[in-house]
Amino acid sequence: MTTNSPSKVHVTTTINGQQHELLVPGYMSLLDTLRELIGLTGTKEGCLDGNCGACTVNIDGRIVDSCLVLGAEVNGKEVSTIEGMATPEGLHPLQQAFLEEAALQCGICTPGFLVAAKGLLDNEPSPTEGRIRHWLAGNLCRCTGYDKIVRAVQKASD
Amino acid sequence: MVATYETKTDYKVIGNSPIRHDALDKVTGRAIYGGDVKVPGLIWGDVIRSPHAHARIKSIDTSAAEAIEGVFAVLTHDDFPQADDKTIETGEGTVNLRRGQSNVMADKKVHYKGHVVAAVAAVDRNTAQIAAQAIKVEYEILPAISDVDAAMADGAEVILEGLVGDHLGEKVENTNVARVFRHEFGNVEDAFANSDLVIERTVTMSMIHQGYIEPHNATAIWAQDDNLTVWSSTQGSFGVRSQVAGLLHHPESKVKVNYVEIGGGFGGKTVVYLAPIAALLSRKSGGRPVKLVMDRSSVFEATGPAPGGKIRMKIGVNKDGKIQAADTDLMLEAGGFPGSAVGAAAICVFACYNLPVSRITGYDVLVNKPKSAAYRAPGSPQASFAIETVIDEICDELGFDKIQFRLDNAAHEGTRRGDGVQFIRVGLEECLVAAKESDHWNSPLGDAPAGKARGRGIASAYWMNGGGKSTCDLMLQDDGTVMLNEGSADIGGTRTSIAMQAAEVLGIPVEDFHPSIPDTDSIGFTGVTGGSRTTYTTGLAAYNAAHKLVVELKSRLADLWETSADKIDFNEGTFTANGDSIGIQELAGKLGPTGGPATSTSSVNLAEAGNAYGVHICDLEVDLATGKTDVIRYTAVQDVGKAVHPQYAEGQIQGGVVQGLGWALNEEYFITDEGAMANRSFLDYRMPTSLDMPMIDTIMVEVPNPLHPYGVRGIGEVPICPPLSAATQAVKEAVGKPFYSLPVKPGRILEALNGD
Repeated sequence: MTTNSPSKVHVTTTINGQQHELLVPGYMSLLDTLRELIGLTGTKEGCLDGNCGACTVNIDGRIVDSCLVLGAEVNGKEVSTIEGMATPEGLHPLQQAFLEEAALQCGICTPGFLVAAKGLLDNEPSPTEGRIRHWLAGNLCRCTGYDKIVRAVQKASD
Repeated sequence: MVATYETKTDYKVIGNSPIRHDALDKVTGRAIYGGDVKVPGLIWGDVIRSPHAHARIKSIDTSAAEAIEGVFAVLTHDDFPQADDKTIETGEGTVNLRRGQSNVMADKKVHYKGHVVAAVAAVDRNTAQIAAQAIKVEYEILPAISDVDAAMADGAEVILEGLVGDHLGEKVENTNVARVFRHEFGNVEDAFANSDLVIERTVTMSMIHQGYIEPHNATAIWAQDDNLTVWSSTQGSFGVRSQVAGLLHHPESKVKVNYVEIGGGFGGKTVVYLAPIAALLSRKSGGRPVKLVMDRSSVFEATGPAPGGKIRMKIGVNKDGKIQAADTDLMLEAGGFPGSAVGAAAICVFACYNLPVSRITGYDVLVNKPKSAAYRAPGSPQASFAIETVIDEICDELGFDKIQFRLDNAAHEGTRRGDGVQFIRVGLEECLVAAKESDHWNSPLGDAPAGKARGRGIASAYWMNGGGKSTCDLMLQDDGTVMLNEGSADIGGTRTSIAMQAAEVLGIPVEDFHPSIPDTDSIGFTGVTGGSRTTYTTGLAAYNAAHKLVVELKSRLADLWETSADKIDFNEGTFTANGDSIGIQELAGKLGPTGGPATSTSSVNLAEAGNAYGVHICDLEVDLATGKTDVIRYTAVQDVGKAVHPQYAEGQIQGGVVQGLGWALNEEYFITDEGAMANRSFLDYRMPTSLDMPMIDTIMVEVPNPLHPYGVRGIGEVPICPPLSAATQAVKEAVGKPFYSLPVKPGRILEALNGD
């Protein structure tokens, strides 16, 4: 049985505005591509089956669970992760709101929540509480009970 | 010996909510958690787990795995050195080293589905997974025991061979009951005979999981000089050090555990699972660093559940509203090895009430499910559910106001807890009064929409909180900032709540502190972050270290001012003597001639912790067609002693409430006839999402803890306890039927609505 030399796929992709050229094993998830090949460990592994949202990233304007996407699939696409959220001008308003509202405890779900919440506010700058709760229902947090996360997103809304 | 304090009341730092020191790293993705550890030359490990809940291992064939290209090592229980047959502390429990080793990797028998049988190390994660699955194991399948009744039945299959149970002091062989113990005061039978009303109920509950989002992980390097370096997501690096050393029969001084951020633990990350495997794989791989990350279904199947079980509860009461006696049997599932939270359950079960007569009998029962671990106030939620269910029925039966009845019977200073300990100053009565006066309690439930019904429940609960050992080091640097090292894993902002206590003493803004958590070679012993001990205990170490630093600074300043240290006063950050004065941060820059930066250190070992109480009110709505429940309003009242960082204190309460509501309404280990967990994913093990929950209101009552100079009490654990009964009684009020089994899921509600 020879199983450890799977074929690799040539991928050119833009991650947080920076172009990367990669050889990605065909089986490898985008999550592992980011974490293991590129070293962007801000995107977290929680369940590997698309149910916790800790690995949420944005591909061409859509938020996705990066554990459910193959690295090979982002050829020619633009990916943004938690590491690309702050700019030279400073933190994104959502990041600042999470700090001020104590919207994190252990912090493992925080990158996923921030990327997901940004996906909402990019398109809907003034969501209702119900809309925020519905949008974030794919991201599990076990520490906060969600109260302060929802308040932080409200604070960062227009 | 317990020190008591006159509690301070005017604060500069305590009671504010500064942005925590580690928050920036955690909102930018820079914080390094266990899974993020990168070491040059890293290889990956994986394990193979038992597909059976109870079986004898007949043979293990690793040859196919060894033949795979890229495999460096294969590991079975035979590779483990023999561990001592002794029991050590894990921080929120204990572990017998020999049994602990058998839990880490099965020896001859598997005790639950998911029990690790063998492991491999290979060039990458994918190869390790493929190689682990290539290991062939033959089993002789045994009957699986899935609940306490089956485990305690005559002739039940014995799970742990060689176990000698301690049943009220009697040694018993061939048993699945590891321990039976009793706390008894007065004669309960006589007291029940003299009671106007006696209600006896039996409640049951399923195992549930802590549900931390970060799976267990470990990275280890076993160097050629036998020094072992470990990175592992844990609530306490020293607990990992002592367990890894003990389980591998290796000198503790040769184990160094590096601190990494932890993605939630709730008690479940006090036990080691992967670190000893990573260590032995590293040794067999010639010292290569080996990393393992557990998959989610294995997190469910093989780690941490809180015990399910069965609790019989009997309470006698008189028509004047006074409880005469209470008697309970607590039968909790330990899992595949001894050691459930039944001891703590027994401490907590009657702690909200002043009982003249009481009897508590605890049973630690083995079943073919994962070895249970601590989960937030371990044992107390189950116990609270049982007693509050019966208290609620007593109030309904005799028409008592549910808060006034609790006030009339409330535990207070001097009350004897069910295990005999007498309370110091506690804040249950203040919490009940605050609940009684709350807007929530005084607001109508409101009319339910068509097809729905509403109910309100109230419940109280207790956790004794933790003390133990902690260390804190301080250094006042030239620029007036303070380096603070402490040993407590920071899961929810404790770097800051600890630093704030030193900042209050020193009169230095907490923003000028640089708190960090060093490896186990670089800080004094500190227990786990668990038991609601960290802000209280490590905070007290910081407080003491700050006072020592003031003493040191007075001595330095005495040289500069050419006076004696005892003539120097220190108040709110300023030293004064003979008309001279200097601020502490200014002084920091002038210490060069006196010996450079000043340092101090403090280690504390606290026998007692000061107790926590919570009283919760839950309004919920039941869909009468589907049985679905929606919590529509929730208020948690809690005695927090003194909220050091009110925002994060409130966050602890809100998080505990939502975990408790998940426990009450949704979460369970759904076990098949074969003893397998059927719902081993986050899709099927349904934890609350943001959509399921309302905002959680809190009322923080501050009854200062006499054991802490700022009155601080542990706060993290108790809020998970009251929701179990508060939500259940709310459903009872909504649908007019009682519920004695958790979770109160839609199916159970529909059964009740439809007659049975």
